[in-house]
Amino acid sequence: MSLKRYLATRAATMFGVLMITLLLTILLVGSNMDIILKQGVMFQVRAEIIENPSIAESFASPEEFEIFVQNEIDERIKILGLDKPWYSPERVGLTMYKILILDFGNATFLTSDSGSSNVGDILLEKIPRTILLFTTATIIISIIGIFLGAASSNKIGSITDRITSTFAIVSSSFPVWWIGMLMIFLFAFVYQIFPARATPTIDSSDPGYIFSLLYHMTLPLITISLIGFGSWAYLVRNFMVGILQEDYITAKKIMGISKKKIIYKHALKNAAPPIVTVLALSLSGSLGGAIITEAVFDWPGMGRLYFDAIGVMDLPIIIGSTYILTVLFLVSIFIADLLYGYFDPRVRKGN
Amino acid sequence: MSLNSSVDIKNEFMRSKIGITGIFILLTLIVVSIFTIITIPSETFQDWNNPEKWVSYPKTSVPNWINMFMFEKIPEHKILEPENITDRHDGIFVTSQQFRFNYEFNDFPSDFMYKFNLEYIGSPLVEINVIRPDGLMLELLQTSLPHTKELTVYEQRIFSSDSLIRKNLTMQSQLYEFEINKLNSTDLIFSNKIEREVLNGDYVFMINVYDLESQNKFLDSQLIIGGKAFGAMGTDELRRDLAIGLLWGTPLALFIGISVSIGSVVVGLVYGVYSGYKGKKTDEVMMRFNDVIYALPALPFLIILAVTISNSIFLMIGFLMIFSWVGIAKVSRSMSLQIKTRQYVEAAKIMGQKDSKIIFRHIIPQMLPYVFASVAISVPAAITTEAGLSFLGLGDPSFPTWGQILHDANTYGAAAQGFWWWIIPPGLLIAVTGLAFVFIGNALDTIVNPKLKR
Repeated sequence: MSLKRYLATRAATMFGVLMITLLLTILLVGSNMDIILKQGVMFQVRAEIIENPSIAESFASPEEFEIFVQNEIDERIKILGLDKPWYSPERVGLTMYKILILDFGNATFLTSDSGSSNVGDILLEKIPRTILLFTTATIIISIIGIFLGAASSNKIGSITDRITSTFAIVSSSFPVWWIGMLMIFLFAFVYQIFPARATPTIDSSDPGYIFSLLYHMTLPLITISLIGFGSWAYLVRNFMVGILQEDYITAKKIMGISKKKIIYKHALKNAAPPIVTVLALSLSGSLGGAIITEAVFDWPGMGRLYFDAIGVMDLPIIIGSTYILTVLFLVSIFIADLLYGYFDPRVRKGN
Repeated sequence: MSLNSSVDIKNEFMRSKIGITGIFILLTLIVVSIFTIITIPSETFQDWNNPEKWVSYPKTSVPNWINMFMFEKIPEHKILEPENITDRHDGIFVTSQQFRFNYEFNDFPSDFMYKFNLEYIGSPLVEINVIRPDGLMLELLQTSLPHTKELTVYEQRIFSSDSLIRKNLTMQSQLYEFEINKLNSTDLIFSNKIEREVLNGDYVFMINVYDLESQNKFLDSQLIIGGKAFGAMGTDELRRDLAIGLLWGTPLALFIGISVSIGSVVVGLVYGVYSGYKGKKTDEVMMRFNDVIYALPALPFLIILAVTISNSIFLMIGFLMIFSWVGIAKVSRSMSLQIKTRQYVEAAKIMGQKDSKIIFRHIIPQMLPYVFASVAISVPAAITTEAGLSFLGLGDPSFPTWGQILHDANTYGAAAQGFWWWIIPPGLLIAVTGLAFVFIGNALDTIVNPKLKR
């Protein structure tokens, strides 16, 4: 199988997954969505009539008026295709098509900071903030992790190695959001260095906004990095331990190349494919796993939006953000695959 | 995999320090769970979200062991049961009860409350007096209960802020050597005679009920001395005793973690082994399905499932399983691909044994060490994910879990207000429980993959 063929199969699978995710989401929230849409039509019709008092006056009896209103509502429901049940293929298909072309519609309750209730606008506003916090954190984590992991694989059983491994195991059992609560307790209550809520208080048009945002970002950033780098280091260490047992490394040792050079030049290069794969996956994973962390720190990103949307059952936002999260996740899996194939020729050859 | 017999594995495991630590923590947690299930009445967890149940408890009070480290003792919240209940009849019927306690703190109680349930006929007179450590007796209250001709059960709460108590104390102001106008009733009762300072020692609250017509009966009564410290773990904003919530959380967390991990490992194992063993088209189709589940974003879906379908704890366990068998299926598949080429499997196939028999008799037993390690390793993830969902407020409201305690803590801003006793214990318990399984899993993993040991 050539690389192209391999990637094409992967891409097809991913697209299939995306469609299934979308379908599942729609099926899960569809019945609620239906009720909300129909209510929306009703409100719209009533609002139009209230704006135009002459319509109401032209009827002789209230019963006749009610029948007229009902007919009006029914007609609009029919035009919008809402008369068919929500699970009918036409409607599910239409919803899926709309989402595919990134038309998420309008949010029911939530709005963006600038006041727009278009789901696309809201998402566009939140995504950069999540990327700012979590991608920065992932980069910090991976840099610390790779070097710490390489260092501890250099001397297995040394103090550095033991501390790294223990720290990795212990830190991975702590929920990040709980450490977040402790950090808020320590650095916002006991020592009042950082704000307890990560949402900047000044308006986004203010020139000082970016500094305020960075200042508010510090505490969550420290927390995520603190919890994350241990397991990274442990992972890199284990990859390296495996590679250092390979014959060509032993050969290099016999050739008299210094151990440091072997580790940082030869072994680390060979550990690159799995490391890059994990990096790609964790970059996207950080976006999905951010829901709880953002809720703790009140960081105004995607995770927080998702959480708020669930709280008030704002379905267009739920569907839209699930879709975006899935797309991001799949894109990163795809990139990971691509990189893995690039680094490791065995994958390309269809092994 | 050179280790095949379970004895080998056991011996190897017993030599691993980390594994023993894990087993030790796990056993402790199991003992705590059994203790909780046996000794703590199950109404307490059913009433966890019922505020009425917790009215006599204090609000956000620190654990009382904190006083051991404090120079200035924080007043403890006391819920006292009556003693010396006596009935007398000398012309009139007298029913009395006493509450005796030693007050040894450096601050005044925040308040006190007397709660009683009295069964009576006629119109009894209730009298409350207190005898203080310095021998002084203060008359707090005389009040008559509504007249009735039939046997009735009467329930009342008398609060320290009652204006009659204040009036009675003002009338006894000559007993004090300082101006008492600015003090509230509670402070006065617990204050030194000479100046406004806490008087430590034994206090006795005496309650007498006088009735002309018949003997009365106390059904139930309590005296609550309000304080700022309570119980082994303190209380939360909703006055709930955190010790009870944390204790109930233990069996729940173990139940959730273990059932999710066993369920998903069994499903993943059978799925993966079957797929690998069958090969060809079956394998292709099953692995594509596996890829699909693998690529679903788990947390958003769990949230949607919890919101739209149900957040019952049993369904949650099922939902968590949906997302956690995938990785195990992948590994099992590749392992079964290796094992199925072994000669005895081939031999069994030629002998015409059924597929199911080959899978369960010949392939899966070879993978048991890996299976045990994966069960142990997948528990922490299940516990943290459930805790995370509960933390978002999507937990089953009929069970107090650690995640829900943290959810309430977060809702009431416990971190920013410094209620450390509300935040630290539940999270620590989640982490320690996870750690126990990680330790066990790691110890098993080093046995299964000797490469990591070096």
